[in-house]
Parts: sequence; C-alpha cells; structure tokens
Amino acid sequence: MKFAVVVFPGSNSDHDAYYAAQHVLGQHAEYIWHKDTSLKGADAVILPGGFAHGDYLRTGAIARFSPIMAEVQTFAEAGGPVLGICNGFQILLEAGMLPGAMLRNRSVKFVCQHVLVKVEQTDTPFTNACRPGHVLKIPIAHGEGNYYAEPDVIARLERNRQVIFRYTNAEGVPTDAANPNGSVANIAGLCNEGRNVVGLMPHPERACELAIGSADGLVVFESALQAVVNGVGGHFSRTAVAR
Amino acid sequence: MTSDPISHGLTPEEYQRIVDALKREPTLTELGIFSVMWSEHCSYKSSRVHLKTLPTTGPRVLQGPGENAGAVDIGDGLAAVFKIESHNHPSFIEPYQGAATGVGGIIRDIFTMGARPIALLNSLRFGPLEDSLVRRTFSGVVAGIAGYGNSIGIPTVGGEVAFDESYSGNPLVNVFCLGIAAHQDIIKGVASGAGNPVYYVGAKTGRDGIHGATMASAEFDEKSAEKRPAVQVGDPFMEKLLLEACLEVMKTDALVGIQDMGAAGLTCSTCEMGSRGGAGVDIDVSLVPQRETGMTPYEIMLSESQERMLMVVKRGREAEVERIFEKWDLHAVRVGEVTTDGKLRVRNHGEVVAEIPNRSLTDDAPLYRRPMSEPAYIAEAQQLSLASLGKPAAPADVFMRLLASPTIASKRWVYRQYDHMVRTNTLVMPGMGAGVVRVKGTRRALAMSVDCNGRFVYLDPFAGAQLAVAEASRNVACAGGMPVGATNCLNFGNPEKPEIMWQFARAVEGMGAACRALDIPITGGNVSLYNETDGRAVLPTPVLGVVGLIDDAEKVVRRAFRADGDVIVLLGETCDELGGSEYLKVMHGLVRGVPPALDLKREAALQRLLVEATTSGLIKSAQDCSEGGFAVTLAECCIETGLGALVDVPAVAAGAGFGDISTLFAESASRVVVSVAPGREAELLSLAAHAQLPARRIGLVAGNRVRIAIDGRTVIDVPLAAVDRTWGTAIERYFEPARAIA
Repeated sequence: MKFAVVVFPGSNSDHDAYYAAQHVLGQHAEYIWHKDTSLKGADAVILPGGFAHGDYLRTGAIARFSPIMAEVQTFAEAGGPVLGICNGFQILLEAGMLPGAMLRNRSVKFVCQHVLVKVEQTDTPFTNACRPGHVLKIPIAHGEGNYYAEPDVIARLERNRQVIFRYTNAEGVPTDAANPNGSVANIAGLCNEGRNVVGLMPHPERACELAIGSADGLVVFESALQAVVNGVGGHFSRTAVAR
Repeated sequence: MTSDPISHGLTPEEYQRIVDALKREPTLTELGIFSVMWSEHCSYKSSRVHLKTLPTTGPRVLQGPGENAGAVDIGDGLAAVFKIESHNHPSFIEPYQGAATGVGGIIRDIFTMGARPIALLNSLRFGPLEDSLVRRTFSGVVAGIAGYGNSIGIPTVGGEVAFDESYSGNPLVNVFCLGIAAHQDIIKGVASGAGNPVYYVGAKTGRDGIHGATMASAEFDEKSAEKRPAVQVGDPFMEKLLLEACLEVMKTDALVGIQDMGAAGLTCSTCEMGSRGGAGVDIDVSLVPQRETGMTPYEIMLSESQERMLMVVKRGREAEVERIFEKWDLHAVRVGEVTTDGKLRVRNHGEVVAEIPNRSLTDDAPLYRRPMSEPAYIAEAQQLSLASLGKPAAPADVFMRLLASPTIASKRWVYRQYDHMVRTNTLVMPGMGAGVVRVKGTRRALAMSVDCNGRFVYLDPFAGAQLAVAEASRNVACAGGMPVGATNCLNFGNPEKPEIMWQFARAVEGMGAACRALDIPITGGNVSLYNETDGRAVLPTPVLGVVGLIDDAEKVVRRAFRADGDVIVLLGETCDELGGSEYLKVMHGLVRGVPPALDLKREAALQRLLVEATTSGLIKSAQDCSEGGFAVTLAECCIETGLGALVDVPAVAAGAGFGDISTLFAESASRVVVSVAPGREAELLSLAAHAQLPARRIGLVAGNRVRIAIDGRTVIDVPLAAVDRTWGTAIERYFEPARAIA
C-alpha cells in the first residue's frame, strides 16, 4: 500500500511518519508538498506532527488553508483513511474534519514523555489490528494537547463511540494522574462519524521499534495496512470487526 | 552612534591600528565593522595564542577549527559535524530569546556545513534556585531552548545543569549541535571565483542585535538591562524553512560557499568568507531585504537579526537556486559579487561607504598575549582541614541531602520540556550521562556528552579542565562509544585581569594535555569571556563536548541496572578526595581543597575497557561516578528501572572521622559502577586486572532498597521509593511549592 505523508512548511515529524511506513512497516510512502493538489494515488493519508507555518496563530489555523487540504477533504469524504498525528490532529480540528479544539497543556509547558493510551474502539482503519482495551505505550510531545469540546459534543462523541484513544494508567483506567495535559475525559484521540478520519496527540510513529523505547505504535500502521489490503475495519468494510 | 572609538569598545591603540590598515581615518560604517570584528567575541584576540596549543588533528578529522563547525569521519562515508557555542550574555538579559537564538545559531552552524542536524545537547549554569530571579532566568532559558529546538524538530537528547552562586548574575547557556553529512557533501564558508553572485537568504534585516558581539565582550553591571535591544528575537519557523531550503540547494552543487549570519551579522559573513577564499566581496546594502525603514549602512552591516545566510552561487546557476528558495517562500536576493581584490566593499545605492581589506578584519585582527598571574585565592582555597569541620553528619542523612541538591537531582523538569524523541533516533533518553542517537541507514550510533565541574577548575584550572575531558569522554565510553572528537566552550571572566587570564591559560593547557593523552582531537568551539557581573567572575567553566562512535547500535549500554541478581562491580578506586566535592558544598558551604587526582593512563585504559566490554555484551549497565560520589551514582543506577542494590564496599582511610564520608561521597576520578550477568564478573575482573585497573565485585542488584555497607557495617539503607521521591522532584519543588506540601 502507499501512504501519503503531507509536508507543510514547519512539519517536523514528516520524516518519522515516512520512516515508520516505508522502513519499519515495509510499505510505500511518499511526501506530498502542501502546495500540491494531488495525493498521487495514496491509499492512506498522514498529516504529520510539527509546527505547520510556525503555529504562531492557533495551531493548525493556517495549515488548513494549504492547497492540498481540499484534496485531503475530498479523499476523506470518499471514505479514504486519514490519520492526523499531533499537529496533524490540530489541523484536522481547525479544518472541521474532527470536532473540538486544543488548549494549552494545563501545566502551561511543552511535555515530552511516554504515556499510556487505551485503544477504546477497534473499528477504525487505524486501530483494527488492536485488541479492544489494548493499552499502548506511546510518546507525546506537545504544548497544546489539552483537548476541549462542549459537554454536548463530548456526550455525542461518547455515544457514537468516536473516542478512539484515552490516556489511562497501566490497568486502562482513565485517572487524572494519567492525563498528561488536562484533556476533557482523558481524550487522546478521536474519529469522525464516518470513522475513517482519526486524530491523536500521541506519536505512534515514534513508537515503532523497541530500540527507541517502544514498538506499541506500530499497530496503528499495521491497522492501516490491514484496512487497505484486506478491507478490514472502518469505512472499507462497513461491517464492524468482531469485537 | 557616535564615531568615538571608545564607545565602540576599541582602545586608542586599536583605533590607530585601523588608521594604519586603511591609511586614512575610517568612516562611521568602517569603524562599526572594525569594532565588531575586533571584539573579543569575533576575534578571539585574548584567547587565540592559547587555543593554538590544543590538539586539533587526527586520522578521523575531516574539518578542524576555523570553519562554521568541525567534522570527523564516522565510517560509511559519513561525517559527524558538530560544535558547541555559548549564548551567556543574551540569556541573562532576556532568558527566553537569548537561549532560543543560541539554539538557532548553533543549528545554522551545522547545516551551513551541509549536514542535517540530528541532535542537540546543552550545558547550563545558574545561581541557586532559592533566588526568584534565578528561577525566572532558569525557567526562561529552558523554555527558550525548548521553544526553538522543539519547533524546528531537532531532539535535545542530553546535557547537564549545575547551580552555584557565581552564576547568579551571569548564567551560562552553552548549546551543542551535531549533524550528519556525506563526506563529499560538506560545504565550507568560502567566497571565491570572481564574478560569482553573492546571495542573501532568509529573514529580513532589522535593528535587533546591533552590537551584540560587543555586548558579549564586556562585563555586566547594574545598567545591563538597558542592553536589551542588543538581544535578538528568534523565529524557529523561519529557521526550519531555511534549513530545509539550504539542504535542498546544497544537493544541487550550485553553491561555492555558504555561511550563516551569526555574531556581527552581514559584516562577519562577508569578510570571513572572502578571507577564507582569498577573495574580495562587493555588496550593496540597499539590496538587503529590510524590515524597518530608514536603516543606515552601519545598522544593516551590524544587525544581528536571526535566520539569515550568505551564499556564493556559481555563475549561471542562479535560477536553479532562486527556484528552490521560492518553493519555501524565502527571500533569496542577489546583493553583490565576488571580486579579486581581497577587499570587503560595502555600497549604499552604488556609493562606496566602506572599503576594508578582509584580512585586516580577520587574520590580521589584534592578538594579545595578556599578562597572567596566579590568583591569590588558589593557595588559600586549596587548604582543606577536615578536622575543622566537626563531626560529620550520619551518612544516610548526607545521602538524602545530596540527592535533593539541584546539581545532583533529576533534571526531568528540564528535559521533559524538550522534545527528545523527534526523528526517532534517540536510543538513550536524557537524564544523565551521554545522549545516544542512532545513524539511520547504518548500523552505527553516536554517543555525546557535555561536561565540566567548575569547582574543580576554580580550585585548580589545569587539573579541573583535565577532569572535564575525562568525565565527558568517560560518559561516552560508558554507553559504548569510542571518543572520536570534541568541541569546547570556554566560559571565563574578564581576560584583562591577569588572574582570569591565568585561569584560562592553565585550563587550556590541561584540556590540551588530557585530549592528547586520550587521543581526542578538538575540532572547534567557542570562547566566552567577560562572564562577570559587578566585578565578580563565574567559576571558570571550560565545557567539553565529546562525540563517541558506537559501531553497533544494538550494543548500546544504558546507565540503569537491568535485572535482579546481576552482579555490581566498581571499576576504579575511591580515595580520600573530598576537595571541591558536592558534599563539601552542600553540607558545609565550602569550595575547598584540591580536585581529585587524575591518572590519564588509567583513565585511557578504563575507557578502552568500557568500549570493549560493552561491545562484547559483557557489561549490561554502566554509570560514571561524578558529583555526589559513589553512593549517589549507585542510587542513579537504581532509579530508572526501579531495581534496588545491596552492596558492601571497603572503607577509605581518611582522617578526622571522615572515612565513611569519603568512601561514599568522595568524587575520585576514573570510576564507573557497572553490572554484569551473574557468573560473568570473573571475566570482567580479569579484563580489568589485565588493564591494570582496580576493580571489585561489590554486590548485587536486588530488592527495592538502596543498601550500602562499609566493611560489613550498613551505613545507608533507604527504600528506593524515598530515593526516587527526593531525587526525582527536588527541582520541581522549587516551582510548585503547593504540591510539595501536599
């Protein structure tokens, strides 16, 4: 399969997403410049982490106007799998492809560390290879990852099972101590109603090999492969995976 | 700005020298250009005669001092390009921007060489955290380093932070950056080929940072806050674009040379590039993109606005280069061309406003052999009478006090703010000791460490500098890295004082001797003088950054114990050496005595053994003993993996009832706590015996306590949880008092 890794000016985890897809997963990956208007036949799109356009305004606020984003929207509306990681998640929020917004971390500081996140739902193209309730050790690295949405939005997300990742302790319990940034309901990642667009603050691409501290994030890429090749999970087989 | 030489920081003699070089009075613009190029910061006029004595060559050295950064061969046709630089003065005046632009400057030095930066480290010094002004400086500096490095996507993988009163009014912010380049892609800061166009790229020029280099060449006093306009403002996004665009342009081979505009901005880059290439450079400042109106040629030439580069492009390749910068939405403006006359010629709308031989600004800048004399304090401070200290406190109490000392305590509060994992190469997380990154596309990894104990250097500059070299290279060797090169950042007080100059000269001698003995070439670095406030100098702090090569990334050794039942071995020997120790400072408020003795032959043998026994897989963990001595090191080995230790060590003979204290907290050199699988200690002990290194099996990795006995008598027995709490949160507690109470 082929991953498109969108490169915005200021993206800095583009290399890491590319490396995970191309060298660790062993699939194809291609960088797509933000001024491009074609995804060049990719099967899945990754909006990588970084500081697109410097993030001097709200994070992701300018990136959503990049020419490639119209194409990403069209791709997503057709059911194509789109993964936004960290800054990519922030861009998806600004683009209205996912609901809610990011506030500064409650510590008011940038935080880089490994955290534990529980996979809440496995019927998305980025979690279908996970066990339900699977707790993954994946790093975060952000200053604005404090997810916020109005209570009615949160209620709707929960009702629709759109919360995909949650910060928890090792037992999978979403405690306050396990919440590294103050996110509402310990939300670390979510999906759209179509379940094919997923955004998360932790960096699975930084956790694909034990040598660098964890290989737990690889399952996110393996899920995408499974979804595309076998048509398992999310939009590609409208039937939910056995859970 | 007046045309008065004194207000430009020049002496009457220096002014006369300018008149002689030009054979006429300088214009105001020329005076400004001379004043920054002849400042201590740019000319190294006080330090050069000493720096020349350092070892700078070796079979692996591809680029020694004199370029934007040094480079060493790391195999596979690749080079490690690295350098360390200070941003002390700006960081005191404006902590966030001062530190941020320090990071920006060193990153530019690395990618200017054609290397992709892959790791940052930093060496920081502050006053005591009890002082609210220090806390503000400390948190501002850390946030500034984080703000810049994180945005640009280069991981900060290690470093050191220490605290001492001498740094209260003059913090030290030294930043190290390392990049990787293919040998053939290394590009230099030269201007050559008459008629080749000179390009200005990057951010527009403003009035920020004018005379920054001059500011960094004077002491601080109560008026220093007024110098804030001399501090630049960083834009990491612009730098990220510049980085990517420059690396893309370098792939085309359309460049002759490139240099970043750091200290002394356009002035320094034009005359240095011209001087290196034996050519002249002719530019028109009216073509320079400006973000303010009405800027004079003087201001444009002296501005230190950030994120700017100067390039010489091969004639005929201009369009290719311009296209790449356009893609990244950057200005690439032709501002002049290379000439044959060896002069820096500056025009404004065509009219010549400065015309100076390049060499007079660079190679022919003043050179001083400043007077030196041994400071009076040394003989007195080296006297240490343990008997006068009274009965020492109980070892367990000292142990907990030391763990809570900010210099020893966990730096998690700091490194958690740095993105240390981006680029997915970080094999050893920050915390202590060396940072280690793998080199993608090869089997190799690089270990890096920056170290210096300023107290040792204060008490004996020669010995202290040697100990800094030994510690930095030992840290690298502990991870399995063979030291292949080093870079230094020499932070001292006012060189016009003979005592300071003596400290400097002795430290450089010591550093050179140690690097020669350990076979580590110094490929470049930086000197920061005038680190004084109101006449009081910082502890002399010659920081050394060492790069070590690990042939097999899978063999990297980490500092923490790995498994219950593993055998703990102490390599090296503890002696009655409390001089300059953290113990004396924390428990008695003293900086006294002589630093620990260092046998460079033994140190070299120890480092060879470490590399050999990590490569073979014999050693499972290794952590060097430094501040706080053996007991603190043992605790550090336990904390990360939560594995306890049960050890028994022989007593050190020391007078005045200080035997236990010395055994546990002396900072004797050339010691490492290692662990091996059960049954394999004999192998290690025999290797050590063969290398004539003292080594001893001292106990086991076991339980969840740190338990240390001396000759069978338990002196420390503390639950690991308590150790972790004290050590892990000591710095945080200065910032979150409410949480500490709860």
